[in-house]
Amino acid sequence: MNHLLSIEELDRPAIERIIAEAARFAEVSERAVKKVPALRGRMILNLFYEASTRTRSSFELAAKRLSADVVNFAPSGSSVEKGESLKDTVLTLSAHKPDAIVIRTPWVGSAELVTRWCSAAIVNAGDGKHEHPTQALLDVYTLRGRLGALDGLSLWIVGDLAHSRVARSNILAFTRMGARVTVAGPPTLIPRDMETLGCEVRHTLDELHDADVVYALRMQQERMTQAWVPSLREYATWYQVNARRLRPRQLLMHPGPVNRGVEISGELVDSPQSLISAQVEAGVAVRMAVLYELLAGASGPASSSLRPARPLRSQRQPDPHPQPA
Amino acid sequence: MRPDDLLVHRAQPRCDLLFNDVHVIDPRMRVDQRLDVLVRDGHIVDLSEPGALISEAQAAGIEVMSGEGRHLLPAFFDPHVHLRTPGQEHKEDLETGTRAAAAGGYAAIVAMPNTDPVLDSAPLLRSLRAAAAREANVSVAFLAAITQGLRGEELTEMAELRAEGALGFTDDGKPVSSAGMLRKALQYQRLCGGVLALHEEDPSLSAGGSMREGPVAATLGLTGIPSVSESTMVARDAELALYEGARVHFQHLSTAASVQAVSAAKAAGARLSAEVSPHHLLLTEDAVRCLDTRMKMNPPLGSEQDRRALIDGLRSGVIDCVATDHAPHAREEKEVPFEQAPMGTTGLETAFAAMHTKLVLTGELSLGTLVQRLTAGAELFGLAPFTVARGQSANLALVDLNARWVAGEHGWESRSQNCCLAGELLSGRVLLTIADGGIAYRQRAFAVVRS
Repeated sequence: MNHLLSIEELDRPAIERIIAEAARFAEVSERAVKKVPALRGRMILNLFYEASTRTRSSFELAAKRLSADVVNFAPSGSSVEKGESLKDTVLTLSAHKPDAIVIRTPWVGSAELVTRWCSAAIVNAGDGKHEHPTQALLDVYTLRGRLGALDGLSLWIVGDLAHSRVARSNILAFTRMGARVTVAGPPTLIPRDMETLGCEVRHTLDELHDADVVYALRMQQERMTQAWVPSLREYATWYQVNARRLRPRQLLMHPGPVNRGVEISGELVDSPQSLISAQVEAGVAVRMAVLYELLAGASGPASSSLRPARPLRSQRQPDPHPQPA
Repeated sequence: MRPDDLLVHRAQPRCDLLFNDVHVIDPRMRVDQRLDVLVRDGHIVDLSEPGALISEAQAAGIEVMSGEGRHLLPAFFDPHVHLRTPGQEHKEDLETGTRAAAAGGYAAIVAMPNTDPVLDSAPLLRSLRAAAAREANVSVAFLAAITQGLRGEELTEMAELRAEGALGFTDDGKPVSSAGMLRKALQYQRLCGGVLALHEEDPSLSAGGSMREGPVAATLGLTGIPSVSESTMVARDAELALYEGARVHFQHLSTAASVQAVSAAKAAGARLSAEVSPHHLLLTEDAVRCLDTRMKMNPPLGSEQDRRALIDGLRSGVIDCVATDHAPHAREEKEVPFEQAPMGTTGLETAFAAMHTKLVLTGELSLGTLVQRLTAGAELFGLAPFTVARGQSANLALVDLNARWVAGEHGWESRSQNCCLAGELLSGRVLLTIADGGIAYRQRAFAVVRS
């Protein structure tokens, strides 16, 4: 594995391998000295074009526990505000020879695009509404820790599916791990043809009792200005995961940050059914595993700069001859 | 202004040429046979049995071109080209754009007014026509804006623009969103004439979208543009045109429902015509999967069902002509994440070869129909069509249908490289283009047989 760009390009064995590695790294966090020298001398660049507290700090912590050097780059106050393009920014930063770049942007496909412009290993930490693969990996890791296996489980993802990269990555990851995924949310917030991803689509929570795990998505306040739903109050009435809807045997997950009282009722966040803090904890171990796999893993050479370039999905010739029907 | 004067090009020497034993296809003249075609002083002066004119040409010292294995066609007419001048000459200009046109077998093109500044005033039109008279390698006609600044709020001085040489009007790149505004333009057409060419899109449905809504958009997480964004506007404006008795041309149709709406409105007696672009005939939303920004255009690539309906529409004549919507963008503008990239693909240099390869050779369309649809734009805009007929000024394309080439392998004549068909193996190459009697393009590797 040279880059982690999406769940779409990972098969089940690849997901299993990262999860297993993460389990080994989780132990490091339990030690008094929370550090291993695995990536000593390596440089990891965090390039975040979007606000992020937990993902960025989780990557930073993961890198530091592996003894790598970390540089955080945020576009505000930088040359990006002076109109520098993504390509030029990446070219400039690669002059410092980072071994890995962790990148988040509001644009679909940007992580993959960056692989064309530098030799560093690229980790997608969120590309627009497309994917957020490390979130999905840590969610799988968390569920595996709690339930052992995902095979045959029924997972419901509830909320704003249209604007959620977490949802896209998780649908792919959960189904690849053998679970059945159902998405539910307001019709205005579920893209047409969402079933293509391999999930079922519902517009009510009437059958939520079918779920083993309920994954609530963040309802973003800023969406309200575009009137995707009439009001947060009405949204909560129909789609809030609360004690009335969630049965005691069902587990609850959320990628954070939570709007208590909107997508989840306040008391459920802190209930024993909630895996939310376990998810946060898993984040560091999984990201350690990803960085280790990319920079020192069995499948990658020791020096990233010597790594031959993988044929890029985006450079493949598209098929311009759709088969006549 | 006389129709002929609406087309401008730079002065170029009028050519003398004999096409010896060449297969002439001109659906308008019902010609589909081998002939000798003699061009003197830029005019077609004789068509005769193969070999009949060779001694006359040799005696006169005229260049003789072997027609062996080659076809001579009326040169093409493109009703939809972005020349990017004034204001965006880093993408294209009059000289490079018309050079690309000539390389694609086009002898005349129609330039869109969404330039910077917008072509919405007579002085600007005058200066553009003067520039074309200095720089254009093929004939160029200009469409002026329907509304000032393409803002959709106030009409341009359409009558004055017509008098100064506007072929017609369009707000291309943007729809005329307000039905009331469009109705005024349709009414005003009775005074000034000129076809109104409409880019159909409902911004309240398309806002924020960068590809067609559907399974691929859902997978990629890209905001989709629903097909009804186009088809509802086509239906609305067809009704308005019928009500006002106006002459309307629909640009770059991309959905099955739009084709249906045009078909129904034509049957109801509306004076409509419609165009389709090669990329909508040859590609679908599947091409966007790889997020190649060359696959980003407006309207976006549609479903396979749409593509089938567009091919059927072009074959049956519901869609009257092919238009490239040649939309050049600089490399750095397209070398960005998909959502940030501007919409558009170039197309002049590949249109004929790509459609020949993927529609004619596959049996979807006859060569005669393709030639008809590539030349029909002229009549739709009130101009005389190019024909291979005695007495006409020569507007001809000599093509080798068996020549295979990879699109873009030796670069482009256009200033920009954003062609969605780059890298495709195509069959059919334009060897020579004559525009209004002058040689506008000669393929570099083309061996000339001299007498």
